[in-house]
Amino acid sequence: MLADKDRIFKNLYGQHDWGLEGARKRGAWDGTKAILDKGRDWLINECKASGQRGRGGAGFATGLKWSFMPKQVGERPHYLVINADESEPGTCKDREVMRHDPHLLIEGCLIAGCAMAVHTCYIYIRGEFIRERERLQAAVDQAYDAKLIGKNNLHGYDFDIVVHHGAGAYICGEETALLESLEGKKGQPRLKPPFPANMGLYGCPTTVNNVETIAQVPDIMRRGAAWFAGIGRAYNTGTKLYCISGHVERPCNVEENMGIPLRELIERHAGGVRGGWDNLLAVIPGGSSMPLVPAGPDQADTLLMDFDGCRDKKSALGTAAVIVMDKSDDIVKAMARISYFYKHESCGQCTPCREGMGWMWRVLNRMAVGHATKREIDMLWEVTTQIEGHTICAFGDGAAWPVQGLLRHFRPEIERRIDQYTANPHPEPVSVAAE
Amino acid sequence: MSVRRLAEKQPPSFAFTPANLEWARGQVAKYPEGRQQSAVIPILWRAQEQCGGWLPQKAIEATAELLGMAKIRVLEVATFYTMFNLSPVGRYHVQLCGTTPCMLRGAEDLKKICHRMIGEADAVTADGAFSWTEVECLGACVNAPMVQINADYYEDLTPEILTRIINDFSNGRPPKPGPQIDRINSAPVGGPNTLTDPSIFERAKAGGN
Repeated sequence: MLADKDRIFKNLYGQHDWGLEGARKRGAWDGTKAILDKGRDWLINECKASGQRGRGGAGFATGLKWSFMPKQVGERPHYLVINADESEPGTCKDREVMRHDPHLLIEGCLIAGCAMAVHTCYIYIRGEFIRERERLQAAVDQAYDAKLIGKNNLHGYDFDIVVHHGAGAYICGEETALLESLEGKKGQPRLKPPFPANMGLYGCPTTVNNVETIAQVPDIMRRGAAWFAGIGRAYNTGTKLYCISGHVERPCNVEENMGIPLRELIERHAGGVRGGWDNLLAVIPGGSSMPLVPAGPDQADTLLMDFDGCRDKKSALGTAAVIVMDKSDDIVKAMARISYFYKHESCGQCTPCREGMGWMWRVLNRMAVGHATKREIDMLWEVTTQIEGHTICAFGDGAAWPVQGLLRHFRPEIERRIDQYTANPHPEPVSVAAE
Repeated sequence: MSVRRLAEKQPPSFAFTPANLEWARGQVAKYPEGRQQSAVIPILWRAQEQCGGWLPQKAIEATAELLGMAKIRVLEVATFYTMFNLSPVGRYHVQLCGTTPCMLRGAEDLKKICHRMIGEADAVTADGAFSWTEVECLGACVNAPMVQINADYYEDLTPEILTRIINDFSNGRPPKPGPQIDRINSAPVGGPNTLTDPSIFERAKAGGN
């Protein structure tokens, strides 16, 4: 188990003071000026050396992303945008950072901003997090009052932070949709290229980072890249906030090292699967967009919770939101509900996604009760491949993968339901999806 | 996508209160010059609050005028983002999370409670006190199932607890937000088994500004 001294989020559960004084006691804002004085190149190299990969889902190397920003500031200012639009089903980690340890995020913004020659940072928080936004704004105000940020601050690096909010759109967690929304438009993703590092917010060079990613940065800089790189496995370094939800005995958030075995994570921190490990049906390891991993000796039993470990099981770490389903759960219905989520949240820009989401949801809904034909299972698979990779943003992929995961591992279950349904008399004929 | 249209019955006029107008100017000042459109979501949100939880057409138009935007651009925003209610809601608007993590832990039973105590989804009770709707993931999954009532989250619910919460609201005794069972925020029930070493809460002596 990760030692308490190696934990970054020391007030994860909100038992202590969230404010500046409390944060300072826990080590925040300690030696920040000395860190900034080491200069842009040192900061970026240190981040690269730590091996930190983005905590928002895609797992892109943070230091590398920072290095894409122009070396010199030209006519256009640089921007840092923090993606706090946390809405991936199963994920509730950034919320804890913002309401219980907001100063880690603020200090991280300053350091990351300095590394990329940014003087203005926007934090885009989802609209539903009203109390969290108030808390974050209060913390930002504290930092301004203490002259930690702002013009002519103690660190000698002018830096402004603006807390901005959305109004209920999952798609705004996609970085270019987030930028559109921040510009006051509908949150519809942009085509890439140009990438935000060249043309982002207001057409200026912009980097978008996740809350947890940036909140880890001050500790990486203070304790050194080697400390962070020493936790976890190669290419999967550091600590991670895991959200364990669903049918475990004691659902919770916890910070652990990357690469912790799933079984250890659930049994040590969440009290185990309801009814014991043998009662596990399947787990979604990384938030609803990722394919499920079923129970079994070479599946969930041996799943290591990091980027490569999840990839080995044909899933992905995503946001490390572990949704656990036990044998009493209706897996097809659970996946149909996830499809409904994607249907509801599609921005409507690309046809495969806008039309495909509703189509998948309707078919899955029928499959949940067996009111379908077996040929539709292959048709559903075919449709997921028509959506995946054929849309502007990764939303299409994220909606297709969980359905593919279901079909890959639970096809016999769907067939069983169809057999059961057709074996019994029904007044209505079986409807078949339009091709 | 969901179909979202303006309500048929609309109030004849809307004007920002002087205080809100002042506040809106402060919002615009947060963004670079010429980028006042960035403030559209916060200002629409304030307009919605001023109208008692929903957004009439005239408020959308007033926002467009305030920001110098085409009306259609603001209408697009108001219909795209689902937190903008395009028809009236109750004084206590219950948003019930129905996405998979909450569904697994009993959100469907909570829906039945809402049906029984409040009525049809998206309809306001006769006294104007309550309305409810099913929403997508609200981001409190380890405290599932949960609802948001106005600005606050009520977590770790059972049908009995939700019944009590709704009763408390109708009796004018708003309950305490957060987890409704014995637990600290998102820590496991029974108390955390991490972050128990007291020495980590003492500031290290080394370093310092």
